[in-house]
Amino acid sequence: MAELKRKADRRPGPPPVLAPGHTFGSVTSKISAIVLTDPYDWRWAIGMGIGSSLLLLFTVAVVHLLLHGVGVWGVNIPVMWGFAIINFVWWIGIGHAGTLISAILLLLKQEWRTSINRFAEAMTLFAVACAGVFPLLHMGRPWKFYWLLPYPNTMALLPQWRSPLVWDVFAVSTYATVSVLFWYVGLIPDLATLRDRAVSRPAQLIYGSLSLGWRGSARHWARYKSAYILLAGLATPLVVSVHTVVSFDFAAGVIPGWHTTIFPPYFVAGAIFSGFAMVVTLAVPLRAAYGLHDFITDRHLDNMAKILLATGSIVGYGYAMEFFIAWYSGNPYEGFLFLDARPFGWYHLAYRTMIFCNVLIPQLFWFPACRRNIMLLWVCSLIVNVGMWLERYVIVITSLSQDFLPSSWAMYYPTFWDWATFLGTIGLFLFLAFLFIRFLPVIAIAEMRELVHEKDHHAARHRGLPAAEPGGETQ
Amino acid sequence: MPQVFHPSANTLSRVVLFSLVVGPAALLGLIYLLVRSPYQTQVGVVREQPVQFSHEHHVNGLGIDCRFCHTSVETSASAGMPPTHTCMTCHSQIWSDSPMLEPVRASLRNNEPLEWNRVHDLPDFVYFHHGVHVQKGVGCVECHGRIDLMPLAHREKPLTMEWCLECHRNPEPRLRPKEDVFAMDWTPPADSELARASEPVPTNHVEVGQLTNCSICHR
Amino acid sequence: MKPSYKDQETPLTLTELTRAARAASTSEAASARQWRSLSELADDGSFLEEVSQAVSGVRGAIHGLDDASRRKFMTLMGASFALAGVAGCSVQPIEKIIPYVEQPEDIVPGKPMFFATAAVAGGDGVGLLVESHMGRPTKIEGNPTHPASLGATDVFSQAEMLALYDPDRSQVVVHEGRVDTWERFLAFAVDLRDRKLANKGKGLRILTQTVTSPTLADQLNRLLEAMPEAKWHSYEPVTRDAARRGAELAFGEPLEPVLHLDKADVIVSLDADFLSWGPGRLHHARAFADRRSQGADAPGEAAMNRLYVVEPTPTITGAMADHRLPVAARDVSHAARALAKALKVEGAPDADANRLAGHETWFSAAAADLLAHKGKSLVVVGEGQPAEVHALGHAINAALGNIGETVTLAPPTTAGPADQLGSLVELTRAIEAGEVDALLILGANPAYDAPVDLNLAEALLNDRGPTLVHLGTHDNETAALANWHVPEAHFLEAWGDVRAFDGTVAIQQPLIAPLYNGRTAGEIVATLLGEVGLPPRETVRRYWRERLPAETFEAAWTQALRDGVIKEQPAKSDADADGDEKAKAEAKPKQYGEPKLDKVKWADAPTEELEIVFRPDPTLWDGRYANNGWLQELPKPITTLTWGNAALVSPALAERLGLQNNQVVELEYREAVVEAPVWITPGQADDSVTVHLGHGRTRVGRVGNGVGFNAYALRRSDALWFGDGLKVSATSKRIPLAVTQHHHNMEGRELVRSATIGQYRETPDFAQAEEQSSHHGMSLHPDPPVPQNEHHAWAMAIDLNRCIGCNACTIACQAENNIPVVGKDQVLLSREMHWIRVDRYYEGESEANPGTVFQPVPCMHCEKAPCELVCPVEATLHSDEGLNEMVYNRCVGTRYCGNNCPYKVRRFNWFHYADETTPSLKPLNNPDVTVRSRGVMEKCTYCVQRINEARINAKMAGRTVGGDEVVTACQGVCPTRAIVFGNMLVESAVTKARQSPRHYALLAGLGTRPRTTYLARLNNPNPDATPAEASAENSVEPRHG
Repeated sequence: MAELKRKADRRPGPPPVLAPGHTFGSVTSKISAIVLTDPYDWRWAIGMGIGSSLLLLFTVAVVHLLLHGVGVWGVNIPVMWGFAIINFVWWIGIGHAGTLISAILLLLKQEWRTSINRFAEAMTLFAVACAGVFPLLHMGRPWKFYWLLPYPNTMALLPQWRSPLVWDVFAVSTYATVSVLFWYVGLIPDLATLRDRAVSRPAQLIYGSLSLGWRGSARHWARYKSAYILLAGLATPLVVSVHTVVSFDFAAGVIPGWHTTIFPPYFVAGAIFSGFAMVVTLAVPLRAAYGLHDFITDRHLDNMAKILLATGSIVGYGYAMEFFIAWYSGNPYEGFLFLDARPFGWYHLAYRTMIFCNVLIPQLFWFPACRRNIMLLWVCSLIVNVGMWLERYVIVITSLSQDFLPSSWAMYYPTFWDWATFLGTIGLFLFLAFLFIRFLPVIAIAEMRELVHEKDHHAARHRGLPAAEPGGETQ
Repeated sequence: MPQVFHPSANTLSRVVLFSLVVGPAALLGLIYLLVRSPYQTQVGVVREQPVQFSHEHHVNGLGIDCRFCHTSVETSASAGMPPTHTCMTCHSQIWSDSPMLEPVRASLRNNEPLEWNRVHDLPDFVYFHHGVHVQKGVGCVECHGRIDLMPLAHREKPLTMEWCLECHRNPEPRLRPKEDVFAMDWTPPADSELARASEPVPTNHVEVGQLTNCSICHR
Repeated sequence: MKPSYKDQETPLTLTELTRAARAASTSEAASARQWRSLSELADDGSFLEEVSQAVSGVRGAIHGLDDASRRKFMTLMGASFALAGVAGCSVQPIEKIIPYVEQPEDIVPGKPMFFATAAVAGGDGVGLLVESHMGRPTKIEGNPTHPASLGATDVFSQAEMLALYDPDRSQVVVHEGRVDTWERFLAFAVDLRDRKLANKGKGLRILTQTVTSPTLADQLNRLLEAMPEAKWHSYEPVTRDAARRGAELAFGEPLEPVLHLDKADVIVSLDADFLSWGPGRLHHARAFADRRSQGADAPGEAAMNRLYVVEPTPTITGAMADHRLPVAARDVSHAARALAKALKVEGAPDADANRLAGHETWFSAAAADLLAHKGKSLVVVGEGQPAEVHALGHAINAALGNIGETVTLAPPTTAGPADQLGSLVELTRAIEAGEVDALLILGANPAYDAPVDLNLAEALLNDRGPTLVHLGTHDNETAALANWHVPEAHFLEAWGDVRAFDGTVAIQQPLIAPLYNGRTAGEIVATLLGEVGLPPRETVRRYWRERLPAETFEAAWTQALRDGVIKEQPAKSDADADGDEKAKAEAKPKQYGEPKLDKVKWADAPTEELEIVFRPDPTLWDGRYANNGWLQELPKPITTLTWGNAALVSPALAERLGLQNNQVVELEYREAVVEAPVWITPGQADDSVTVHLGHGRTRVGRVGNGVGFNAYALRRSDALWFGDGLKVSATSKRIPLAVTQHHHNMEGRELVRSATIGQYRETPDFAQAEEQSSHHGMSLHPDPPVPQNEHHAWAMAIDLNRCIGCNACTIACQAENNIPVVGKDQVLLSREMHWIRVDRYYEGESEANPGTVFQPVPCMHCEKAPCELVCPVEATLHSDEGLNEMVYNRCVGTRYCGNNCPYKVRRFNWFHYADETTPSLKPLNNPDVTVRSRGVMEKCTYCVQRINEARINAKMAGRTVGGDEVVTACQGVCPTRAIVFGNMLVESAVTKARQSPRHYALLAGLGTRPRTTYLARLNNPNPDATPAEASAENSVEPRHG
């Protein structure tokens, strides 16, 4: 027995998901401190500054757009979809990690999700918000957007159900709704905690009303648990469905490079890929800034790196398969696009960069050293974000600019307003993100407490000591 | 430490949660009603005219045929509005000094046309052809209502696309023999198929399938 | 549509007209504005304001349509739109109904009327039928009874509609730069007449453009009788002097050749672009295409004609050639000599062999071919060639016995001096000598388009210069020098008459009272004749009353107005007019004896430098259409260039001088230097640089000012069409050229299918090979049936064997369907709006002389349309008659349909392109077609408004629509009848076309099942042409992928 134990101690296990020595109290105070007690910190101020100024740019771009028309963008004939759709797909993709982590990993009982799910979900919401504005702005007559919804009108008309764009409307709105609910429900106990710890009356009122009178009674916990699991169940299919539907926007078209059955799986993989990349991109600076190394440990980063590797390879497989089919099908248009236009044509630079970012870079993560090297991991996650944006660029632009009739071929050049709108949404994202960091707990306190409890439990069982009681509120 | 909230907060929060769900729904319902209300469709709204012309008097009272003034209604897209001259054919003799008709006389005098305010007005992207409707046996009444009983003209039908489609999807019940098109008080003879509103008028040859092509009205 | 001809005695006034414009409609988002603007429209206050604005000195130069100001305008429009959107569900504003006071009896509101009149293009009459809605002309069609039209029109006639409503037209009489009145001008004119009568007209000169109007010619001659000392000069920059002088050399009198292409089996064109340049081009195009398609329709017979073309710069005629040879313009004369030698024409000089080195076989083959078809062959010499080449051409034709067969000679249709350049030179000298004290310029614009070496402008300005009276449609370069400027009436506002290439006379009648009180040349001359106050209509009637039998005059006059053609006695023309056999048989052309070459002086060999070649612009002609947005934006055939001109150089020359597209070069010719952007043009002769005239206007209006460069600055009286010694020096500047097609290679895709007549006889269905091979008819998903009306299925077939790529369809569509002009910056972003485009592909190995094929591409109206599947709001749907319908007012502008269209025929309103603010442009709109607003998709509708009109008329008459009853705009205008449209369920032209073995669908492999389909093109190359040759000409391989 003792032998075994000694052996066990000698064997170097994986880094823990929660640094040892934490109690309910320490967890709670450490996390809620970011919101309640910590003073403003210059890094937050700078980040917020960048975010809000980009947000300002965004508003300018949108007003300009609405005044003049979509012609202010670089879109032309044949390339009638440009940055707007690229960004839409990119943001939606990023929005996938959140639900994946919260829902699927929850159902799979992956305890390491606990400390990252909260801000991953928040990130999802913000990303979906950014994604949501693009289909609207991209319309020729945005003020008619409601014609895409089925509602009783005096024209006796309904949307055209065969159009993937209509499916999009439903997929994205459902996804947004469920994500919000899931996120909010998860927040309730922590909001209560904040309410109880808040000193200023306004804070008490706000957190109080948001926490819907949570008292942490056993009944509350029971309801909460079942609701949370239920929502997780609801959210799970969405993770797959949303980006599948988004991929139909292309797969349903006849355009070479779009019209392929591999799109749904390859889009979903790509989405998770970019989603986790963004989580890493946020997690690393966050834990550095607020010293959350105990909660977001190397174990988390290591796991996420593995996921990047896996999904990145799936995406790589997707690219390879496109090539193969283009060659194998003997379709002259597909052939031209994949074997000529993309690798060697007008946009070969974008294409090759994309391959580098999305396929080659993740291969580093075969090596534990690379997975553990935080700086490298972070840089790679940024590169992957760029790569995934380029992927959408390649899909939308190259396919459209050179399709069937050479007489119609034309290049696409983004304008200042294209960039302004894109950067603008990044601004919107940062703005929301920094508000979130400041006003809500970035890590699920309640769930961390559970984690502490479980850890102690196991530890106790090993040592045969009585386990600490999971306290309700900590004073 | 003191309670943050007064117990009444519970009720309040419930109300808030409830209205969050019901509020938007109610709003939508309101809009639904609004766009079908006379405010939007202008049904029954009388419009100010340069001359308070009464169809009731001229059609019902004097029994003047529609086509006397609306000359091109059987052949052209536009039914045709009577030139001042048409009014003056009678009014140079009768009521020739009525102050009410001064605008008409002025128009003839100064060769300045009268400016009527449209009552039945379709959007500019809708192309309606009076001639073919008349030829196919759609009575004036179907769209203009009992204009012959209106002292001042107003819309009786909403003229929404929904309303147009009611007939374009199922014209039979609204068709009548060509000779009765201008009869305001026509009702299908009790014994006829029309009364049962099941059969199309055999002579009119309406291709129903065609009537719901977009380009029938929009070009 | 059954035209109802009418002699409109009392055209409507502008007030009535603008009221009528109420009918013009607009799509939903636009309607908010439209309602407002209509009220503006009803009272023409806004219009008067516009006029007064023009009056108050800011004439012409009002906010030039540079792109910046265009953008600004967009901004305003856009803003009002965003608002319109916000106020989406507001109550519909009240519209007015404004009936007539006295309704003209013929006018039925909502029913168009058609009137016959004629356009003048370079003195050459083209008969027209003009559609008029409530008194406002909206669309021009060809007049089937007119020989120069045969129901078709060229791009210019179509654009005349916009020219009529051009807001920049000159609107007021100007005297010494200040606004004045017509009455004051009359006073001046009467006084002038008195003075001139006193001194027999000494010092009075009149400068006109080419005059073919019998009435005007008669007026001028009567004036010259009254004032013997006065002189009448006439000048057109695109003159036919050379042809006339050539005939003079050969026959001793100036004659015009009249071609009979329908009789020619073998045609050799010596730099003659007879399909798009010169009198009777529409007639020639029809005859040529008819002969072209004979071989195609009946594979058995060898009736298909063969065309050899020698030309310095690619033209649509060259593109139709079976054998084309790029040769410098100066060497074309040697090409003619080579042929003449080979045909043993006596008096023909020797060709300089090394000029045509390497092409001996080409010429021997051509000569042999000509010889084999004596009397059934034809040599055509271009207007751009000097007189001696024309003379030689006559001699060759005579030697081949073609004269009287495939070509007849007739006295020129033009009145006035036969040598126009000479008469202009004479005028200039007279002015310099101070012999001219009064100069009337009627319509001409010499200050802009006279040869630069004459320095006419300076002559007019110097103190001994004359009192200058200018009549013109625009306050232009010449008007700027004039003491008196009088606005000229557009021919749609005027009475007149005009001769066609074969002598046929058409009466011009006004469709509308002059918008800006414009006057005709006839009216000005009438004042000098002392006929002040005689209505123009009377002037014309009086002339004809004298020449037609009095008893039947009124009948004949009415007849003439109805038909658009007036019967002269004795019939002047040889009745080749409508290609009617027995008519030709009885009317034997008068003989002019054998052509002699002894009087000809042959130019000696010039230096081997670069040459500059001048050509009239394919869309702006000599510059008179420079302010016409439709023509500025119409892609020029071959180059697809819009909004500007370029120096066309061959790929080899570009290589040699290291030039790239859009790079600006300095063209130095003699002392003049002009900067021009380069466009590399395959098929251009290596030593030739071609520049097109008509651009670089400085004073014409907000559209045309400063577009392109002015090639007249290089043009000299001794080198009117080409000249040696051009120096080209590259600069570092670049001017982006707005071409509508960037890629010219079919990438081995079977888009345009063609074969030689020989291969066609072996495998008549060569065009369907791809479908047969690719379609093994097996599918997991059997096609669901397409819902289809059992009476009507609309379809269009385009015969690539007839299409000459003239772009008339494009502009006719623009005129019919209210298609906006978008401006150069938008074309550069490939956002042009044309619903039907003419794709042009190069074929064959050689870049120096590629084969050129055309393919008009309208909407395919696919039975399984990819666009319909993806529209989220049902804005584009399929009608049960097979139309792919576009509902503008339902469109939200996701542009998914445009992406998913494999043919890329959908067009999007990126901004609010439709001009709804310019008052004079409102009446231009076709009231049967919605004006599209910002943010909606649009595309070819198969002219659904015409289909609906036909259907409604048929229904009201209790019949069904005939198979060929509906004529689309592109079909109606097509000079060669390449486009047929109709109901493919009954016996009709399109049904017949779809049964042809040459029939194929574009991208059929996608399974879209297009309703617009094509007939493959055929070539008829000379089997004797050596293989070495073959590669250079239109490919003789049937192309399969």
